Amino acid sequence: MVGEATEQEKFAPEQKGLDRRNFLKMAGAGALVLTMTPFAAEATPTQVLEAMGKVVKQKNFKEGRIAITLPQIAENGVVVAMKVGVESPMTADDHVTDIHMFADGNPLPYIATFQLGPHNGKAEVALRIRLAQTQKIVVAAETSKGESFIARQGIKVTLGGCGG
Amino acid sequence: MAKQNIKPRVRIGKKLKKGDVFEVKTLVRHSMESGQRKSKKTGKNYPRLILNRLHVTYSGNVVLNAIWHPGVSANPYTSFYAVADKSGPMKFTWTDDAGETFDKTVQVKVDG
Repeated sequence: MVGEATEQEKFAPEQKGLDRRNFLKMAGAGALVLTMTPFAAEATPTQVLEAMGKVVKQKNFKEGRIAITLPQIAENGVVVAMKVGVESPMTADDHVTDIHMFADGNPLPYIATFQLGPHNGKAEVALRIRLAQTQKIVVAAETSKGESFIARQGIKVTLGGCGG
Repeated sequence: MAKQNIKPRVRIGKKLKKGDVFEVKTLVRHSMESGQRKSKKTGKNYPRLILNRLHVTYSGNVVLNAIWHPGVSANPYTSFYAVADKSGPMKFTWTDDAGETFDKTVQVKVDG
């Protein structure tokens, strides 16, 4: 606590902006993170499981290793930027072979598959997707070692982007 | 039907050395008609016509094979990474539902 106090003193000139308004903003962001957590920990819905069953070869899923970057709120579901990174050394023996993406609330949940190899150096891809409603994105990754990983990320969509 | 002009654009890193991991960004112009959109006149859905595949080769290897479904936005943007091996062409091929292909080739320059 003493350390924190000195830190605050050090940055006192810049800290002028931290008034009630900013404090509330920060508190709000914190509350949002707290409410998002149980949402993200939910199980995968059956619709997505069905789609995955057809596409994903290795089904012994483990959690982790995948980082999904999405905006917390998408104002327009027609174009939502998404980035998916998978931790992997990307060598000839151990690399990510497939990254599959699904959206559980879309009329067609299967979005895309990106097939990679050891020549990529880094298992990270970005694309722009359509989202019909507030929902969860499910990403599954398969590696050359026969492992498979899964990650989910919730996203709020203000205006749907499928059909019309 | 005349071949669509999808205006493929590709951007890659410039000063590359052998072994560097560089980002490749691509953007094409395509409406990616999902087959889900209803026509107000006929009440029927517009037929699906999307680019369903992007295949990229470089230095004799496939560096990306992307399979796309209607969940991919119009004017699909994609970025991925590749390892700089040697100077040479990087070939991009997009394929649409009608089986038509669209090509783009960029030269990768690698020093040393």
